[in-house]
Amino acid sequence: MELLGAERLGRSAEHPNCRLGAPERALLQTVYCSLADFCEPVREPEVTAGVQLLARIGRAVDLVWQDTLQLLGFIGLILETLVRGLFHPRRWRITPTVAHIEQTGLDAAPIVALLTFLVGAVVAFLGATVLKSFGASVFTVDLVAFSFLREFGVLLTAILMAGRTASAFTAQIGSMKANEEIDAIRTLGLDPMELLVLPRVLALLIALPMLTFLAMLCGIVGGGVVCALSLGISPAMFLSLLQADIGIQHFLVGLVKAPLFAFLIAAVGCLEGFKVSGSAESVGAHTTSSVVQSIFIVIVLDAVAALFFMEMGW
Amino acid sequence: MSRPSRAPGEAVIEVRGLCNRFGSQSVHENLDLDLYRGEILAVVGGSGSGKSVLLRSIVGLRKPSEGSVRVFGQDLRSLPEQARSQVERRFGVLFQKGALFSSLTVTENVALPLIEHAGLSRRDAEHLAAVKLALAGLPLSAANKYPASLSGGMIKRAALARALALDPDILFLDEPTAGLDPIGAAAFDQLILTLRDALGLSVFLVTHDLDTLYTITDRVAVLAQKHVLVADAIDRVAETEDPWIHEYFHGPRGRAASDAVTPHKEE
Repeated sequence: MELLGAERLGRSAEHPNCRLGAPERALLQTVYCSLADFCEPVREPEVTAGVQLLARIGRAVDLVWQDTLQLLGFIGLILETLVRGLFHPRRWRITPTVAHIEQTGLDAAPIVALLTFLVGAVVAFLGATVLKSFGASVFTVDLVAFSFLREFGVLLTAILMAGRTASAFTAQIGSMKANEEIDAIRTLGLDPMELLVLPRVLALLIALPMLTFLAMLCGIVGGGVVCALSLGISPAMFLSLLQADIGIQHFLVGLVKAPLFAFLIAAVGCLEGFKVSGSAESVGAHTTSSVVQSIFIVIVLDAVAALFFMEMGW
Repeated sequence: MSRPSRAPGEAVIEVRGLCNRFGSQSVHENLDLDLYRGEILAVVGGSGSGKSVLLRSIVGLRKPSEGSVRVFGQDLRSLPEQARSQVERRFGVLFQKGALFSSLTVTENVALPLIEHAGLSRRDAEHLAAVKLALAGLPLSAANKYPASLSGGMIKRAALARALALDPDILFLDEPTAGLDPIGAAAFDQLILTLRDALGLSVFLVTHDLDTLYTITDRVAVLAQKHVLVADAIDRVAETEDPWIHEYFHGPRGRAASDAVTPHKEE
């Protein structure tokens, strides 16, 4: 096909009766010459749909395994950098850390507060509806307090942070990678781990527990408002029920998970940023991946932790 | 040549038997190259011939698949991290797109390595940064701008100032004049020449700019067929029997650049 077309083109360009002008003839000749050197790109041999399916499953499984290994390696690297920097106060990066605390903590406070307030109200409504049939409406207070202290406070905050902060970390570091800024840091003899990753990890380690505390408060207040308005449980009675029924251990069970989630969210966000390769499309793909991965990790760990605390009877 | 050719001094960079492979595709096979003290060496080659990969292997951003890179007589890869960082501080690297830190102003970009390594106070570092920026030919009005609001030429100059911040011994330039207007490019060439003569830098230059080749380089290394085909003074390189080299230096652009320099020769 190509050969025939090329041959025709060449012949018509050189044909004595050709009525084309010189520029058109030059174009024909250019096409003819480039076709002469042109060869078909090598195609992968066709395989059946079944083999393709297996190959894709295999690739996906391998990718998950590689991602896990990389994440574990990266966590090790963060801890090593942290310990090495611990004894050199001159290398502590206070300013960027504080800036990141502001961005990840303070700036997220309104949305965390609003969201948990609303979820608290919804949980109280649910509890009121279900418990009314048992004549136990008053236990709505316990339901709201238990769920927010143990689970929802930290879980909702962590999921919000995964969507808001992990994506931001990936995009920030990823665009630096695409712009060769990470290479520039290395050639200046500096360590990107110390300069970029540690401040972000430390900032989230500080911000997430504080936000979790805020989320617990707002969730309980949301539940309290619903109790006051629709169940006739006055705020004073709400508080006294809280004091009577809820032990401090529930608050602690919720709060211990916060630093762990914070560390993992920050690690995933930064690592995905370093995986970016050059293009803007890659920044987008890895940002998505970091949000999905961190939400996944948070929920799985929370489920494991819930099981563990339940079995321990804490 | 317009300048007396320099006697080759000691080699500050020795690349021996370098191989770089990406999966099944190999970019370098058994590549040898030297950079002598105080010379300007240009590396040329077609697109995709691995010029930037070679630069990245030398400055330690890429681990070569095989072979050794010795800088000041030391193999960077075998050094402990602390010592490696010490050697790396003697490099100044100008990346193709500048790679300025986009969250810092131009002055802060140049001051960062000074604060980090030289332990200067912020005031002193920014003062010194202003000197380096002036040296690189950047107007003072640009000093407090962010990289996003600079033109391509200004970014190159700011990045050069950052590369010079720690008074490096070796300057690596990745296509320094690409994307500059002819006047800016000629001025940049002269700037590099002046800096080399004044500060005794050794310069490793990756370029496509034939004018740069003819005006400032001492030696030209041609990268083709996965290794260094020839590395010599430009006149002798241009005479080499090789179809690619012939087309490169004796094509219309090559002739124009060569003719532009020839009158100086006869002076």
